[in-house]
Amino acid sequence: MKILVLIGNVPDTTTKIKFNADKTAFDAAGVQWIINPWDELALTRAMELKEAPGSSIESITVANVGRQETEATLRKALAIGADKAIRVDADAQDAFYVANQLAQIAGGFDLIFAGVEASDYNGAAVGGMLAELLGIQSVSAVSGLLVEGNSIKITREIEGGSQTVGVVTPVVAIVQKGIAKEPRIPAMRGIMMARSKPLEVVNPVATETRVSFVSFDLPPAKANCKKFTEEQGKELINALREEAKVL
Amino acid sequence: MNFEFSEEQLMIQQAARDYAQRELIKDVIQRDTTATFPTHHIKALAELGFMGMMVNPAWDGGGLDTVSYVLAMEELSKVDASVSVVVSVNNSLVCYGLDKYASASQKEKYLKPLASGKKIGAFLLSEPEAGSDATSQRTTAEDKGDYYLVNGTKNWITNASSASTYILIAQTDPSKKHKGITAFIVDKDSPGISLGPHEDKMGMRSSDTHSVMFNDVKVPKENRIGEEGFGFTFAMKVLEGGRIGIASQALGLASGALERATAYAKERKAFGTVIANHQAIAFKLADMAVKVENARNLCLKAAWLKDQGKPYGIASAMAKQYAADIAMEVTTEAVQIHGGYGYVREYHVERMMREAKLTQIYEGTSEVQKIIISRDLVK
Repeated sequence: MKILVLIGNVPDTTTKIKFNADKTAFDAAGVQWIINPWDELALTRAMELKEAPGSSIESITVANVGRQETEATLRKALAIGADKAIRVDADAQDAFYVANQLAQIAGGFDLIFAGVEASDYNGAAVGGMLAELLGIQSVSAVSGLLVEGNSIKITREIEGGSQTVGVVTPVVAIVQKGIAKEPRIPAMRGIMMARSKPLEVVNPVATETRVSFVSFDLPPAKANCKKFTEEQGKELINALREEAKVL
Repeated sequence: MNFEFSEEQLMIQQAARDYAQRELIKDVIQRDTTATFPTHHIKALAELGFMGMMVNPAWDGGGLDTVSYVLAMEELSKVDASVSVVVSVNNSLVCYGLDKYASASQKEKYLKPLASGKKIGAFLLSEPEAGSDATSQRTTAEDKGDYYLVNGTKNWITNASSASTYILIAQTDPSKKHKGITAFIVDKDSPGISLGPHEDKMGMRSSDTHSVMFNDVKVPKENRIGEEGFGFTFAMKVLEGGRIGIASQALGLASGALERATAYAKERKAFGTVIANHQAIAFKLADMAVKVENARNLCLKAAWLKDQGKPYGIASAMAKQYAADIAMEVTTEAVQIHGGYGYVREYHVERMMREAKLTQIYEGTSEVQKIIISRDLVK
């Protein structure tokens, strides 16, 4: 079984977000880039599956759509333990564009992991679109995944509990928190071997984008915090009703 | 000049940071309180490759450069210097000495399990009456044909009870003074070795420190490192590199305390505003930041020189003396900025202040570093 893990290149989650002057683009100056946290968990789960005794996983490939500067993020995935990386050499534009680019390299994989969303634009669309473009099934809200021989058992989070489904390959698993406990820290040996692993660069396919960014706005600044003591129950209720207007 | 780190160096720094901030932080206060050795952390750090970072991969090490080692040591020490001292001793005092000076068969037998972290090592130089003056070794190793008979006491030995392998410095010919000193590899479970009680230390409490007594301990001839009389040179060369490890540890204590003090100053309010807005606190933070940056540059310079194969003994002495002294200053100021909260365990900085004190003492006191630096100036 061959696994593909889609890797988003996103700003570190502690980044202070800024936009350009006319608020139409994210200002990337000084930003540290990381693997999208959900994708990192997916890669960790893929590694666990490959390392399990009697595993049927032959290889783990990671892929992204991005320019050369995103290769550091792919190499981190190689350091964690992926066998091969593919970069589609294009700016990641809207979800349809990204899914189209990934569709050209995603054929031939049995299990494709996609994070539920990227932690920057929260689009949550690429995984589903990719499955449609490939003409294969996708399963969403995946919080657990087991490979037994050639069959795949998936646990999904549903309202009030969880559901286990069996699914035939090939499949896109759109994963969320819970798919792995914590992202794996790369070992020194993995870090030193990352550069010697294959990183293939492919040209993009012509695709029209369907969404354009009109403008961005930062959330309003947080209001000052008001503190109440245990004895001030009445004042608290009053403030919630009159000032915050939530009661 | 190039102040940029490579992609690999950044990844190693991040890996150390992730482990420290995610795992070490969980039980650092508890281990300090109960003086419990961090067995599970050392095992995990070994699996990640932090226990023999710079050792040749042929001997199961990481083959990394010293700059990467500095970056990793700083990150681990920001959270837990008791763990980072175990890492430092194993990397720079034990593995480095064996990698550079041991025979192939010694490396096969002893270095491989140490570099992969399956076992850990200790470095036995200090004695009850030979600390800074390492020439006055009283532990003797008497040539008995196919083995040496060792008698004496070593003091303040980090990893003494958790180590499997000892690097021992002993006198083989007292008449030659320091030119009669020899280095050996000793199995800790050799008959005749006994440990003193666990030292109840002010800081670095979860690293285990004991005195080690040798009573007619037989050490096979093949365990001698280099020739007889090579021991003092061996010890000094090993300590040159070791200083980079402890300097980086001191740096981590200082930069970790600065991070905590900065975060606290941005949250804590007094007189109607966060205390970071009061110049008395803001200027303290600025002074601390300059010291941390200076210490970091000294550590990296020493590491870079070592990686380039250039002499680094003076640079590492400067890094160790400066980083240790500013670690004491910066952690003390971090406690001051925290006020009363800084004096209780929950806020970490009091522990860091206790730990910083040891960096001025072990692996060559600040005063010994000044001897090294000044003698080079006036020679």
